[in-house]
Amino acid sequence: MSEFASGQIRFPHSHLLGIEGLTSNVISLLLDCAENFVEHNRQTDNKLSSLSGRTIINLFFEESTRTRTSFELAAKQLGANVINMSVATSSVKKGETLIDTAMTLNAMHPDVLVVRHNESGAVKLLSEKVNCAVINAGDGRHEHPTQALLDALTIRRRKGHISGLLVAICGDITHSRVARSNIHLLNAMGAQVRLIAPKTLIPSSIAKMGVEVFHNMEKGLQDCDIVMMLRLQSERMSSGFFPSIREYFHFFGLDYKKLANAKDDALIMHPGPMNRGVEIASEVADDIGRSAIREQVEMGVAVRMACLELLTAVSTKGNGT
Amino acid sequence: MSCVAYVNARLLDPASGLDSPGTLLCDGELVSDFGPELFKDGVPEGINVIDCEGFCLMPGLVDMRVQLREPGEEYKGTLESAGRTASAGGVTSMVCLPNTNPVIDDMSVLEFVARRARKLGLAKVHSYGAVTKGLEGKELAEIGLLWNSGALAFTDGIKSVSDARILCQALSYASNFGQMIIQHAEEPSLARGGVMNSGETATRLGLTGIPREAEIIMVERDIRLAEMTRGRLHFAHLSTSDSIDVVRKAKARGLDITCDTAPPYFSLSEIAVGDYRTFAKLSPPLRTDSDRLAVIEGLKDGTIDTIASDHAPHDEESKRLPFANAAFGGVGLETLLAITLELFHNGHLDLLNTLKLITSAPSNLLGLRAGRLKKGYPADLTLVDINRGWKVDADAMQSISKNSPFDGRPVQGSVLMTIIDGRIVFEQRA
Repeated sequence: MSEFASGQIRFPHSHLLGIEGLTSNVISLLLDCAENFVEHNRQTDNKLSSLSGRTIINLFFEESTRTRTSFELAAKQLGANVINMSVATSSVKKGETLIDTAMTLNAMHPDVLVVRHNESGAVKLLSEKVNCAVINAGDGRHEHPTQALLDALTIRRRKGHISGLLVAICGDITHSRVARSNIHLLNAMGAQVRLIAPKTLIPSSIAKMGVEVFHNMEKGLQDCDIVMMLRLQSERMSSGFFPSIREYFHFFGLDYKKLANAKDDALIMHPGPMNRGVEIASEVADDIGRSAIREQVEMGVAVRMACLELLTAVSTKGNGT
Repeated sequence: MSCVAYVNARLLDPASGLDSPGTLLCDGELVSDFGPELFKDGVPEGINVIDCEGFCLMPGLVDMRVQLREPGEEYKGTLESAGRTASAGGVTSMVCLPNTNPVIDDMSVLEFVARRARKLGLAKVHSYGAVTKGLEGKELAEIGLLWNSGALAFTDGIKSVSDARILCQALSYASNFGQMIIQHAEEPSLARGGVMNSGETATRLGLTGIPREAEIIMVERDIRLAEMTRGRLHFAHLSTSDSIDVVRKAKARGLDITCDTAPPYFSLSEIAVGDYRTFAKLSPPLRTDSDRLAVIEGLKDGTIDTIASDHAPHDEESKRLPFANAAFGGVGLETLLAITLELFHNGHLDLLNTLKLITSAPSNLLGLRAGRLKKGYPADLTLVDINRGWKVDADAMQSISKNSPFDGRPVQGSVLMTIIDGRIVFEQRA
């Protein structure tokens, strides 16, 4: 165990399946631990050995370069062995693949399984079949906890705190696991959350999750401290959620004009990969003074190191707690 | 076969309102007499006597909506397992949907099922015929010939007949033979991709919702079509307050529309889905608690005519999947009585009106010689302890498939014995 996670407080869960259910103390624990890794990673000789001899398997049922790479780097920074597995989900018997793969990998006694799957709830189902710790790297539209944590770390470093901030999450809320995890996290940490989206891309019942809903960017961005843009998948257009990219950008794309409604020092965030000219104008995305998009990527590695460190500290192999 | 006297019974006949201590006499396969006065001074010699110990002897249950997996998917359920499961649940007659493989859109399949079931001698199996060939919703199946071969009504099973023109033709054509169309009411394009009720829970879990309106607008539309064609229409497993209200108003206008619901819809809500519990993935989906209460209201005021189990067996592999990929449906034959009795135990309906919903009401709707105590009727009976408490345990079920949405639920009302054509096919006495 490294010096960073050796404090009195331990991570109280055996998996990280979502932000829902985590207390603000636990979230702060993860963020504090990640904070230390940020500084450490910036040094040239930055290898740690707290996870030496441990095996991390990245099990991705859905394509992802960024998240997988981020987890891989995080694990390697801690000295762990990393195996990447991509499983095609095109076969009809997707679920059989899921359970069978889980059983097979479990027999290899990994310490942590990092899992991404295109169906909501699939990672939880898998976690019930294995003995090791499981980290949800995104399940369907349900949750993407490490993304919310890296967003929180970015915000905390830039603004000094999360509590009391007014945060707008804009774009395709319906299909976004990033939005759900962020809503849970920001609410737990005492921020105020606004969602901005066309009515076709936001479930009407989402207001019950403790958010304010807007369908107009100018109004929704009013006085916001943080503007989080979500990625818009182009296939949503063909399914009738909006008529054209042009029209979408006109009403919901982030440009300087709309951004002017937010606070002068409002921070711009995006989970990536960005669709420039669709949900965000290039000039806004690349604005060094306002955009935290590149910093988010850096925080991603630190946050994932913290998750791996704390989860392996909870569950030592062969001693399932 | 000899005569058997069931003595010391509490005779219950929901159809006639009989609720009295007494004796019932079976002569071979038939009920030959019953009543409080029968053999009051002792059973004559030569008649076998079975002591009912004061428990309720009532007509066997009639379950008008069951999915059988034979032919086609015997690993999920066979006619024999369904027969045993039904007998354990006190069900003596059941009607199966045509969604077997091959589909019951042809006389030969209908006759195959009937012949196999007769041979087994367990709960009686009747079939619905398909409305459209292959349940594809495009061309009418041979409704007249299927009717000749014994189809009790016509339905595309778990699929809606969604094409308005086809439904008109089906309603109209089936009425030639006085036959009823049974509709699974769910507008398919609105429900597309949905896996649970739309709303807060679906949003939180990141699952695609099926809006209540998918059911409501289908019921609204179909009532218009039934009115237009003067066809006979029945809605299966209604689950929302508004669709029930639409039926209520249609009945008030004098239209010959009927409907049923299934036990999950008056005893569970979408909360049961919890953290992706696939056994609670049903079609229609479990709704909110206010819909559940409206279903109870519909049962109380007679808008809902019957209760059917909606028995839908699925093997483990079809349910142990990410929620969106798991199959819809739950087994229900063994819990039909106990869950229905909750209506009585919770004070919503009196005992006979509760039991009517699963005996004479479905039997009358389908024209069966079943579901009532009547001289000369087949001796299809069940002996029930309406108060005995037990806990639903999927693993202990007779059914091959264990996918019960009620697993772990404490219930009241237990089947002690089931009699079909005078033969005891199930017995479980303390």
